[in-house]
Formats: sequence, structure tokens, C-alpha cells
Amino acid sequence: MDLSLLAALNAERQARRATILVTEMASGAQRLVRQSEIDADPLAAQLDKQLRMGKSGMVEAEGTSFFLTVQAPHPRIVVTGAVHISQAMAPMAKALDLDLVIIDPRSAFATPERFPGVTLLPEWPDEAISRIGLDGYTAFVALTHDPKIDDPGLVSALRSNCFYVGALGSRKTHGKRLERLVAAGFDEAATARIHAPIGLDIGAVSPAEIALAILAEIVSTLRGPRRKPA
Amino acid sequence: MISTDTDILRAAEEWARAGRGVAVATVVETWGSAPRPVGSHLVIDGEGNFLGSVSGGCVEGAVVSEATDVIADGKPRMLEFGVADETAWQVGLSCGGRIKVYVEPVRAGTLEARG
Repeated sequence: MDLSLLAALNAERQARRATILVTEMASGAQRLVRQSEIDADPLAAQLDKQLRMGKSGMVEAEGTSFFLTVQAPHPRIVVTGAVHISQAMAPMAKALDLDLVIIDPRSAFATPERFPGVTLLPEWPDEAISRIGLDGYTAFVALTHDPKIDDPGLVSALRSNCFYVGALGSRKTHGKRLERLVAAGFDEAATARIHAPIGLDIGAVSPAEIALAILAEIVSTLRGPRRKPA
Repeated sequence: MISTDTDILRAAEEWARAGRGVAVATVVETWGSAPRPVGSHLVIDGEGNFLGSVSGGCVEGAVVSEATDVIADGKPRMLEFGVADETAWQVGLSCGGRIKVYVEPVRAGTLEARG
């Protein structure tokens, strides 16, 4: 592999853009195919299929073997709320190798002491999200219980193709939230994307158990057989 | 903790930029119960330092040793390990699976042709 190719692969990954490295096994010849270039590639069908599965693999075309190294962007969780549950979530997300970004404009909550080693953005969610962006490899989780903070985040998430959107709150709280989102112009298909009550139903009580339930639901959505391609 | 392929391939780039001889090993095919999925990487330098994993520990030693040759002569190699293979049994792929590992050198000479 040429160092230039390796550098380009790493740069695409850093920019959270899907990329496939194609290696012709017989000759060792390699090329990098970016997501936008797939349609024009001779192996378009195979590339598209592997990328949808998010899996590297060997494919055959015209009697030749090609290995496709699929680099889908690293899954990331964006949370509004530097709260107890997100404190519990931080070490679990790290163990699961999921990137975590926590947004909370309340600077008393979003402190490095409470969240060692976590990416903290002490800003309003709409401002922070417009800068970091949400994509098909991002899960969005609203945890503050405060519509002033959660709602702008949910609005951004519903306008994006996040693979997961979840919001903490009782059914009653969620009912009111749905009313606000409908008033903001979202239809039922859009608001149905929100997982609420949030998390797998494991009877979670403590903040750590709720964090576990949420992460389990996110992993299930990311890896589960029903996953829609991003 | 260096655990992701992102970190591993970034390390490969950094090592190569620092002038170290580097090889990238990739699991390209698996059969049966293979411990690491297709696409997993192991990055090796000329001194035998390595990062990542292609088998959860079973055949890393053999891959690292082959990688030293790949770095030395610049030619990629396809390695196959499995219980049916006596050599592989010796290096310990005892989990019952079979894996194919492609080991290729990182060539530093073409950095300006970036793209």
C-alpha cells in the first residue's frame, strides 16, 4: 500500500466520510473509492453492497478477486445533558468503542471534573450541532428533561439522518414533546423516529442502568439485522 | 487504549512517515469460528513492534515474523492459518477456524502523489 493511499484513507476517516479501499488480489493493485465515486466505479454494485453492510470482504468480478476494505465512519453518540445518566454512560461508551460528545449550555453541569476525558461542548445544542454535524453514523440522545435544551437538539436530529434518536422522559413528558415537535412542523413519520421511552426495557432504575439500556438500544439499532443502510 | 482500526491505520501512517519500515496485515477471509472479523488489521514495523489484532492472539507471532520479510523485500504475501494446517496448529489457531491474512508493505516513496 502506498503511504499516500494510507494517508488519504485516514484523512477520509477523520472527516467521517465512507471510503472503500479496493485491492486486486492477483496484482496487489489498489485504489481508493470515496462514497461519491462509487456509482462510477466498475465494481459499483459490489462496493455499494459492502458499504451498506458496513463490512469488508472479498468479492469476485470477471474471474478476478478483489478485497474491499470498507471504512465506514466511526459510530458516535451526541448527547444533550451533562447529567447523571451521561456521567454513567461515558465509561460504558468508551468500553464499547463508541465516540461520545456531550452538549450542555449549563456550564456548571458541563465540567471536565464531572466528565474526565469526554468531549464536552458547553453550548446551546443548535449551535454546537450546526458545527459538528449529525450523520448516518451518529446517534442522538436527549437527556436533560428541559425542553429549552433538548428540543433544539431533537429538531436538529430529526432533520438529519441519524441512525438513532432517543429522548428521556415519561410518556406524559414525551406526549407534550410530540405536541411541540408537531407544532414545529414535524409529521408523525418524523417524530416516530424518536425512541421514547428511551432504552431497551430491562427495568432500569439507576442512572447506570438507564445508561446501559440506552447504549444497548443504540448498539441494537446499529448492529441489528433490521438496520437500514445509512 | 489503541483499539480501533482508525487508531491502528493512523499509527501505520505515523510510523511510515517517521521512516520506519511498516507492513499492514488484513484478515481477508475467514471460515468457521474465527476470532477476529474480516477487515481486522495488524500493523507491524521492521523491529517486530505491532499494534492491532488479526486473531485475538493465536497467530500474531507468525504474522509478525512474515511481516518482517514483507518489509524487507517489499512483496505482499497471503498467509493462511487453520487447524487443517500443521504449521498453523503449531502457532495455535486452536479455536477451530481458518483465516486468510494479506500482508502488504507500506511504500513511502509516493507521498507527493497524494490522492
